[in-house]
Amino acid sequence: MIDLPVLKAADRKPTIDPANAPNVDLREELFQLEKEGELEIIRVPDNHVELPTKYGRMKKIPIDKTWHHKSCGQCGHIPGYSASIFWLNREFGLDYHDPTDQTSCTAWNYYASATSNPAAQAAVAVRNFAAAAEVGYFPLIHCGTSFGHYKEVRHALIHQHDLRRKVKQIMEKLGKKLIIPEEIVHYSEWVLAMKDRIAERQTLDMSMITATVHPACHYHKLIEEDAIYDKEIYGAQRTAIITGTLEALGITVGDYSTWYDCCGFGFRHILVSRDFSRSFAVQRKIEVMIEEVNPDVTVTHDTGCVTTLDQSQFAGKAHGKKVGLPVMSDSQIAALAMGAHPYKVLQLHWHNTDNKAFLEKLGIDHRAKWAEFEAEVAKIKDGTNEFMTWEDAK
Amino acid sequence: MMALDLSQNKHADVSYDEKERLFDEVKADERWSHVLYGCYECGICVASCPSARFYDFSPRVIAQAVAREDIDLIYTVMSDSIWDCSQCFSCDRCPRQNSPGQIITIMREVAVKNGLQTAKDALQGYGRIIYKIMLTGTQVSPDMLQPDAFPDWGTHVYEIAENLDDWRKALPPETLHTTETSWTIDDKTIIELYLIWHMTGVMELIEGIDEGLYDIIVDVMEERLEEAGYDDVTFD
Repeated sequence: MIDLPVLKAADRKPTIDPANAPNVDLREELFQLEKEGELEIIRVPDNHVELPTKYGRMKKIPIDKTWHHKSCGQCGHIPGYSASIFWLNREFGLDYHDPTDQTSCTAWNYYASATSNPAAQAAVAVRNFAAAAEVGYFPLIHCGTSFGHYKEVRHALIHQHDLRRKVKQIMEKLGKKLIIPEEIVHYSEWVLAMKDRIAERQTLDMSMITATVHPACHYHKLIEEDAIYDKEIYGAQRTAIITGTLEALGITVGDYSTWYDCCGFGFRHILVSRDFSRSFAVQRKIEVMIEEVNPDVTVTHDTGCVTTLDQSQFAGKAHGKKVGLPVMSDSQIAALAMGAHPYKVLQLHWHNTDNKAFLEKLGIDHRAKWAEFEAEVAKIKDGTNEFMTWEDAK
Repeated sequence: MMALDLSQNKHADVSYDEKERLFDEVKADERWSHVLYGCYECGICVASCPSARFYDFSPRVIAQAVAREDIDLIYTVMSDSIWDCSQCFSCDRCPRQNSPGQIITIMREVAVKNGLQTAKDALQGYGRIIYKIMLTGTQVSPDMLQPDAFPDWGTHVYEIAENLDDWRKALPPETLHTTETSWTIDDKTIIELYLIWHMTGVMELIEGIDEGLYDIIVDVMEERLEEAGYDDVTFD
């Protein structure tokens, strides 16, 4: 028998070497274009940390001076997701900007219906970037699809001269510059960068919690070299996002076989063909998580993923499927760990799948907390308060 | 399971020249040179594909069809399969660096641009979303959470719809007290968005898909643009 030097999977030691990355560092090309006067760059603020990406390049993650590029689905249907991101910023006393001069990236519509084109998509992106630059803040992208799409837009603007020219002309007519951020940064990267500071301020023990993690497709599959990886997490064979945050909070992260699968969102499907979304979310994700890990919660970091995994379970229950797994974002879990109110801040009443057992396991009296929330709503109803303020939400 | 219809009965057949013209449009896209490098037929894309599990859909078939320039098959998939794709880009793990998902993005754009009946059919019921994103600048809004729109999302949708105004006011971020948009958006921001749609020809795409919807959206846009001092901007 010939003894071939075959390396067993268990013996493989992943090596991460930026010099051997299969693709070029887009930032170098971006700076070159800036030198040539083709575009301007929004620099990452001085207060930042660096985290490793898939091929070992370090990515700058801003800590403050962040311009919060909000998400349509998060703000519209699961608003505690965004509220938790803002709450974390406020708890750390960080300077951030919640803009009204922001549109959707419009990528959900683009991936759903194709009723747009690359010039329009790039112009929408650059208009938002320019709005951030005008007030002196750096874009922090809340939505996974916006994040993936903006990475693609940046790639296209760097490599396609004609597109650059078209967008520059459009921006000139709007009185704006062709300006692109030095890094495209997702909020969950900010949460990961803040994980030790969050853990230092943790008031709620989460060591009894087991979670599963769903990394969003448009986070780690589009322009994959720009996602955060860490050799301490799955040997850097899958993204460190969410998992790194949860482990810092003492949560056990359980592995399951369909981790790479999408959630079933489908963009078009979740709106007009939900039979597919429901079936995929329940059969390929939720049931597998429950059978293989039986977690207390599943945590993800994107609009569509929270929506699909959470909302699809109602129909799954009607069909006798194994469902009933609460779904939350990493921002909500991080805020909860630091003592945020489950209804005033996390706004869990907008979620579908029952999460009371999860709260009880954490020792949270959800009935009392709900009564506190309802008391705030009563003040709005009787005209005592016009809105619930951050002070009221404490 | 829905079947990929190769009989060409589901869509109007057209001449070979017309099919070739449509494929030429696909190939003329700036992104084309980065989405297809050849195909091993390994099936990694299919194994990763969510749509392949629930539809008779194959990203490999699509990559193969375009690689071989099989004009008839390309027209068939452009008239059917491409709308099953989830656009998750799980297929981007292709060892040849192909992106079947991106190929489909381009094909969808060409299908919409040319007003293919099958594109119109695929987007039936989607018009209210186009209306929302084009006019308000956010894709979905709190007031869309109505039981008749989301009956499969359970009884909590009733509760949200009943309490919508008060629950939106019970959100600490000031920008989220809205019901018709996901967050507060400045008027000048919306005007800039309309100008982008105007300068990039996006509304022509909508016209090709749904003329009635186009008329409604354009009326609103032109009125608001006129109010903002852009009297000369029309979509005719």
